[in-house]
Amino acid sequence: MQVFPFVVVAWILGVGLYGVVTSRHLVHQIVCLIVVQSSTYVLLLGVGYVTGGVAPYFFDVPNHTPAVDPVVQACALTDVVVEAAVTAMLLAFAIQAYKRFGTLDPQELADLKG
Amino acid sequence: MNTPYTVPVVMMQALQITLLVLVAAGATAVVLIRAGVRQVLMLSIYGVLLAVLFLAFQAPDVTLSELVVGAVALPVILLLTLAKVRKREQ
Amino acid sequence: MTPRQRRWIFLVAGAGLVAFYLWGLTGLPGFGNYPGPYGFAILRVAVAQTNATGVVSAINFEYRGFDTVGEEFILFVAAAGVATVLRRLRGERERSAAGEAAGRDVPPTSSAVRMVALLFTGPVVLAGWWLASHAQTNPSGGFQGGVLLATAFILIYLSGEFLAFKRLSPANLTDVVEAVGAGGFVAIGLSAVAMGLPYLKNFLPLGQVPGAVSSSGTIALISFFVGIEVAAAFILIVGELLDQTLLIRQGGR
Repeated sequence: MQVFPFVVVAWILGVGLYGVVTSRHLVHQIVCLIVVQSSTYVLLLGVGYVTGGVAPYFFDVPNHTPAVDPVVQACALTDVVVEAAVTAMLLAFAIQAYKRFGTLDPQELADLKG
Repeated sequence: MNTPYTVPVVMMQALQITLLVLVAAGATAVVLIRAGVRQVLMLSIYGVLLAVLFLAFQAPDVTLSELVVGAVALPVILLLTLAKVRKREQ
Repeated sequence: MTPRQRRWIFLVAGAGLVAFYLWGLTGLPGFGNYPGPYGFAILRVAVAQTNATGVVSAINFEYRGFDTVGEEFILFVAAAGVATVLRRLRGERERSAAGEAAGRDVPPTSSAVRMVALLFTGPVVLAGWWLASHAQTNPSGGFQGGVLLATAFILIYLSGEFLAFKRLSPANLTDVVEAVGAGGFVAIGLSAVAMGLPYLKNFLPLGQVPGAVSSSGTIALISFFVGIEVAAAFILIVGELLDQTLLIRQGGR
């Protein structure tokens, strides 16, 4: 249990990269990029976890109860926003690429020139 | 640390291990399914699984963000793109 | 290089990358043994200093508010970028929305979908508003509330009324709302500078009860501005994609 979440993080990263490299459809590639980015959320939250800690919200819990680290949660929140913005831009590019070149296969797109 | 506001550590660890295995399986499924509506649905399910994992990691704010982004907003814009591409193919 | 060769080269290189990654990750202190001083220091002082019981929102909008300004501008630029990339190019015609809706011969949306979408629109707007205005008390915040508000507009589109979606979110109004959100956030920081304090310092009264809705000074205000900016950005992005799918055609058709 000391290292199992990090093994899962490495697995998700590897599987997502495999999807990106061997993909034949631009939208499939974008979804695999989403999977790769989601591995970083699990990594961030895994680094900041404290065994036996509560969530860092003290509305109904006394003020100095041992809690998990809140800074990595703020980082993970920013990460999710960035993922949404990057995916929207990539999809806009994919639509324009399809309109210009007529194909959504990244391995064919690499050969076209202009 | 045994505060009265948490479940026993062993139960929480078992829950986290189960959810981690499910998330790894979900990621593999998302990559192995071919592009299309089915992959977008699998991405939505993967988003919900990730959100429950974050809840087990005591991060409810990240859970809410991942739910609204990964299970609602991203599948909507992915489906719109797929509709645009498929319409041109007809 | 054939795809099969590419796949084999990746399997070898990818296995090496994952092995090094895992070797680095096992050098961390282990899951559950967080040692770091920063998190514990913030947990000790956050509620006393800001009167906000939601420590993650306090970090997002006060302790690391400058990072949140950058994050909001990433979303702002993404909405502008989608609108730029998907503009009408030479050789394409854009039909008017009313003309397109009259001439389409798609099967009508099923009544179950229409009813459920319309039923859920009101509660979704309420939930989004609640989330955006309670950032300092509960696990919520400007970003989550904003995306939920945008989801309400998407529900209106799903219930079969594309024209209603276009009428409720005209591009000019959504642009203005998004600019007000982003600019409002920056303006709050600048008004702190105008008072001689550092940028984005919390200068409004902190309130009496920790965790009340009207407490914690600028955190609640910033969260509201972030919420409307995020909602407007998502409505713009979805509106652009819908325009592409439904309205823009190649010239000559």
